[in-house]
Amino acid sequence: MHPLTVFLADSSWINFDVTSFRQEFWDNTFNGLTFGAIYALIAMGYTLVYGVLRLINFAHSEVFIAGAYALVFTLSGLGFDGSVPGLSTLALIGDMLLACLVAMLASGAIAVLLERIAYRPLRRKGAPPLAFLITAIGVSFAIQYAIFIWRGASAEPAVILFVPKALFSAFGTNITNQQLIIFVAAIVLMLLIDQFIQRTRFGRGVRAVAQDPDTATLMGVNKERAIMLTFLLGGLLAGAAALFYVIKVPSGVVFNGGFTLGIKAFAAAVLGGIGNIRGAALGGLLIGLVGNYGQTLLGNAQWSDVIAFVVLVVVLMFRPTGILGESLGKARV
Amino acid sequence: MTSTDNTRKNTPGGIRARWNNLSRPQQWLALVPVVVLIYFIPVIDPPLLTTEPYTNFPIAMVHAAELAMVAIGLNVVVGQAGLLDLGYVGFFAVGAYVAALLTSKESMLHKLPYLATLPLAMVVTMLAGVLLGLPTLRLRGDYLAIVTLGFGEIVRLLATLVPALNGQVGFADVGHPPGTNADGSLIFSARDGTPWYWLVVTLIIILLLFVGNLERSRVGRAWVAIREDEDAAQIMGVPTFKFKLWAFAIGAAIGGLSGALVAGQTGFMNNQNFSVAFSVLYLAAVILGGSGNKVGVMVGAFIVSYIPDRFTNLSDRKYLIFGLFLVVLMIFRPQGLLGARQRLLARGRQAYQRLVGRGEQISSDSSVSAEGGGQA
Amino acid sequence: MTAERDADIAAEDIPAEHMSAETAQMTETERAAHFAEVAEVVAPDRDISVEFGDTLLEMRDVTMRFGGLVALDGVSFGIRRGEILGLIGPNGAGKTTCFNTMTGVYRPSAGQVLLEGNRLGRRKRYQITRLGIARTFQNIRLFGEMTALENVVVGADARHKTSVPGALLRLPRHHREEREVVERASALLEFVGIADRAAEKARNLPYGYQRRLEIARALATEPKLLCLDEPAAGFNPVEKNELMQLIRRIRDDGYTVLLIEHDMRLVMGVTDRIVVLEFGKKIAEGTPAEIRDDPAVIAAYLGVPDDGVA
Repeated sequence: MHPLTVFLADSSWINFDVTSFRQEFWDNTFNGLTFGAIYALIAMGYTLVYGVLRLINFAHSEVFIAGAYALVFTLSGLGFDGSVPGLSTLALIGDMLLACLVAMLASGAIAVLLERIAYRPLRRKGAPPLAFLITAIGVSFAIQYAIFIWRGASAEPAVILFVPKALFSAFGTNITNQQLIIFVAAIVLMLLIDQFIQRTRFGRGVRAVAQDPDTATLMGVNKERAIMLTFLLGGLLAGAAALFYVIKVPSGVVFNGGFTLGIKAFAAAVLGGIGNIRGAALGGLLIGLVGNYGQTLLGNAQWSDVIAFVVLVVVLMFRPTGILGESLGKARV
Repeated sequence: MTSTDNTRKNTPGGIRARWNNLSRPQQWLALVPVVVLIYFIPVIDPPLLTTEPYTNFPIAMVHAAELAMVAIGLNVVVGQAGLLDLGYVGFFAVGAYVAALLTSKESMLHKLPYLATLPLAMVVTMLAGVLLGLPTLRLRGDYLAIVTLGFGEIVRLLATLVPALNGQVGFADVGHPPGTNADGSLIFSARDGTPWYWLVVTLIIILLLFVGNLERSRVGRAWVAIREDEDAAQIMGVPTFKFKLWAFAIGAAIGGLSGALVAGQTGFMNNQNFSVAFSVLYLAAVILGGSGNKVGVMVGAFIVSYIPDRFTNLSDRKYLIFGLFLVVLMIFRPQGLLGARQRLLARGRQAYQRLVGRGEQISSDSSVSAEGGGQA
Repeated sequence: MTAERDADIAAEDIPAEHMSAETAQMTETERAAHFAEVAEVVAPDRDISVEFGDTLLEMRDVTMRFGGLVALDGVSFGIRRGEILGLIGPNGAGKTTCFNTMTGVYRPSAGQVLLEGNRLGRRKRYQITRLGIARTFQNIRLFGEMTALENVVVGADARHKTSVPGALLRLPRHHREEREVVERASALLEFVGIADRAAEKARNLPYGYQRRLEIARALATEPKLLCLDEPAAGFNPVEKNELMQLIRRIRDDGYTVLLIEHDMRLVMGVTDRIVVLEFGKKIAEGTPAEIRDDPAVIAAYLGVPDDGVA
């Protein structure tokens, strides 16, 4: 047999498992929406920074994972570990909020530091966009491997907050409290940020700098502060995402855990329309859904990663404006 | 003012000025002892430079040479044409797998002699580069970066997911050039780095000649024009898309060649060598040495490869170190160690002599530096 | 075609400190002969199907809309071969937009641009340059990393064909084209008067040199029509005079020039005809003398008095 045929015929890598897909459709949907909410929160960080600075903040994935580490340390300190905690609901909520706060602060701090130390000097010098990208990657890897040196290659021991409990049924499958909490909390956060950007003075400042930094400055907007605020907001959202992530994947905190998540979130931001906050939310949910479906359909968890990348590449090639976004990259002469 | 003021950066400026004053044949002559020395390094194993006993010195030198080749290829894409390719490791992988699939006994494809797989790897990778470039090269800088990153990751994931590529198990017993020693052992084996080193260095020299030819031609000028200001380049009549695609294709081919060489030299290939981290190391080599300067990036590659091999306690930290390097470099010395100073004219010397009275260019360095790389 | 050309770069036109090293050492007669040679090399060597005095480029009812904004509204005029045409108007009148539609940066929302009677259509920018329309930029856009000579060579490369295989293998065409581009670029540097700094990086050149380098680079593409976008911006009166001489030299060498400028003295002094735009519409067209006295033009620049009191 012609070797190439053998090569391609060994196509067990593409076997469409349609039965599983049908059976698990609604399960996947709700799970997908849950993960999607997490992606959306992280995606907002990317989209905010890109909208204001036209910069892909590669290091945002490390902003996220830093928050996750802070979260896990806090929870361990509070007594959580690999066994199901026997706390009252109130105590549990209190602990989660505390840990969430810590995570948000950690992520926010890293984000702002990042801006100050790595990006601002370049802005001051008027460096070309290439330089920003290179710095972004450098920071991303520096942080990742700093964590690697500090904590090693394996994930942090699992920290279980609560066991998912089915709350009610819909479409023939159960919806758990875990899914509901994450989804609702994430949506609330996104709405808050959206309103903040649309209605408050600070939010207006951010939008002004995004549209035209020089005019914004002339109108009295403190550009540096607006930029710092952008990074801070992205960081806060990433910190919250860290909490939800750990709830869903208690043993997922590892030095390079931010990377794939970050790429998926970035794909989400691009899909929804980079620079568009609502687009980030929409994109996140879509990526979560499609990733989950694909995983089941193709039978391997890593397919969700491939799908995210493929979506990213395809969207950028054929509709770089994304679903909701505006057209970028037009030549200005 | 037209400055022959070399007192500011005394040694580098002075040496450069003297170098530029030599004619091309004189420059080649001056390089001969250098080249001879380079060939003999693994044999000499100089005490200051040696990596023993931590790492076998010839092997360390082969690593450095292989990385230097990658750097040259990436330099064409990033340094010359200014296209930020974050998935360069994908091309490396394609080349490696071509060599592995066509020579390893564990692959089910028809076998070819190893040396034949080298040009084949280049051709296949070049095709991959063109296929990737066709839809993506009309994208602006940062989008292109992300798309290439995605491509690199897709290649890596496919290496895991496609059963015929053997995932983590990989392919052992990858081929090598023929030849046995007097005692019957193979000349080109995974244990003896020196013959491989000579092979890679020879290929590098050929590549340098070719890339140099391209630099001093319409092609090289087009690349720099694209890098400096793509819109202005188009308006000045440069067919930018075509030349960007060529940059991609050539960079890919060189990446593929180095992948095939690494596969042959280590005798083994699996899916563990293609993470984004490697792309970052490659980028660090190029930026550190001097983006746009083909000699500079080799120096950068040497440093990036040599330091972890020499100071093995640093080997674990190399990503951290080189990540930080990139950040610091971008702030304080974006042009890298050697800075880009290409000559873009095949007959520049005489022209400058007539016009200015001096055969060399007056310049200071920078390629990824500030001060408006593209005005307005 | 030397009958149509009337270029004699007088040696006095180029101040001694701007001359090339070689020229600075020549005698008067040698210099004169040398400059004549330079003018010969710089002159365009293309077949143009239109005679001198006939319409070379025509803007036919060109409209340009950006969303709700109408930047150009049914603009029509023609540029005659061999003339220097000025394009003036208050800020925001649409002059640069006009340029951009001619050079392919924008595609007209309506109407056509015709070169020698052929529509530019949807051609790519570099193709339009090869067809024969070249321009300079209002905000200088040189290739900063390249030397002055290299910048001009890139322009000269536009009409050549060497690509990767030719360059890689050093084929005869590569050698021939390299010789030609360097020769042409060197001549151009002398022609515009910046030869003494040929080896410097463009970003290090003084402002005046940069402006003229842009012109040299555009000329290197051997355009049928050269569009200059505010070439005198930031010049003092002496430099403006030198620029006027240069523009005349360019026209005398056989080129057609379209000029956007704000300096009225320069425009009146160097152009053959003028087109005036306001708010995207053409409001006047004619010789400098006619334009100077045109009430619509005066109103556009100075405003109309409310009640007759100026």
